[in-house]
Amino acid sequence: MNKEEIIEALKTIIEPYSEEVTALAHIDENTDFINDLKINSANLVDIVLDVEEKFNIEIDNDSMAKMLTVKATTEIIAQKLEANAGQ
Amino acid sequence: MTTQEILDQLPYGKPFLFVDELLHLDENGVKGTYTYAKDLPFYEGHFKNYPLTPAVILTETMAQIGLVCLGIYLLRAVKTDQNIAIAMTSNAIDFLKPVGPGEQVTVTSEKVYFRFNKLSCKVKMENAAGEVVCKGNISGMLIPKENG
Repeated sequence: MNKEEIIEALKTIIEPYSEEVTALAHIDENTDFINDLKINSANLVDIVLDVEEKFNIEIDNDSMAKMLTVKATTEIIAQKLEANAGQ
Repeated sequence: MTTQEILDQLPYGKPFLFVDELLHLDENGVKGTYTYAKDLPFYEGHFKNYPLTPAVILTETMAQIGLVCLGIYLLRAVKTDQNIAIAMTSNAIDFLKPVGPGEQVTVTSEKVYFRFNKLSCKVKMENAAGEVVCKGNISGMLIPKENG
């Protein structure tokens, strides 16, 4: 799965948790979950749990703490997918 | 951690404390009771001349027992001089039967998950006759705070 595909899948996951229609329509790597999409901490947890299920990966506390932007989240997903593939 | 220690850590006071006793508590769930005293202030207006326990109060009772008591237990490794910031973040509850003044209810909660400080529980409330009066899912954030 390449970066663009990950971002596409991520968009679908994020959508139900934000009311920011304009920001949602313009999601890119620099989109910040809290500042741009106004997602609260409880819904950030939901997003991470959805990411785990969708990509079949496990997110630890350290990774979770970094997952505040689309870029950081995409990188973490890519890393975990690569680690899984190497097993 | 005893059930009394958990009750002592609850951040609620009268008339908004809706936990009397915890009957059972472990990593996966909690069971507790509360009796709605007949002189609770909301009965005066809900409803006029026809007192019934408001659905929001039933929800709050399920949250205090099912989410907060369980959450305090799950966070018991946290030092006791620290406070825990608590917020209910979502709930979906079905209300099946009315609860009147003076009724005792029993709340049973099963942990669905507790991850990244978010606790999600499947909760039900039964009346003294053992009938389910409401049930659903409640989630909240429980975050230990530095320096109380």
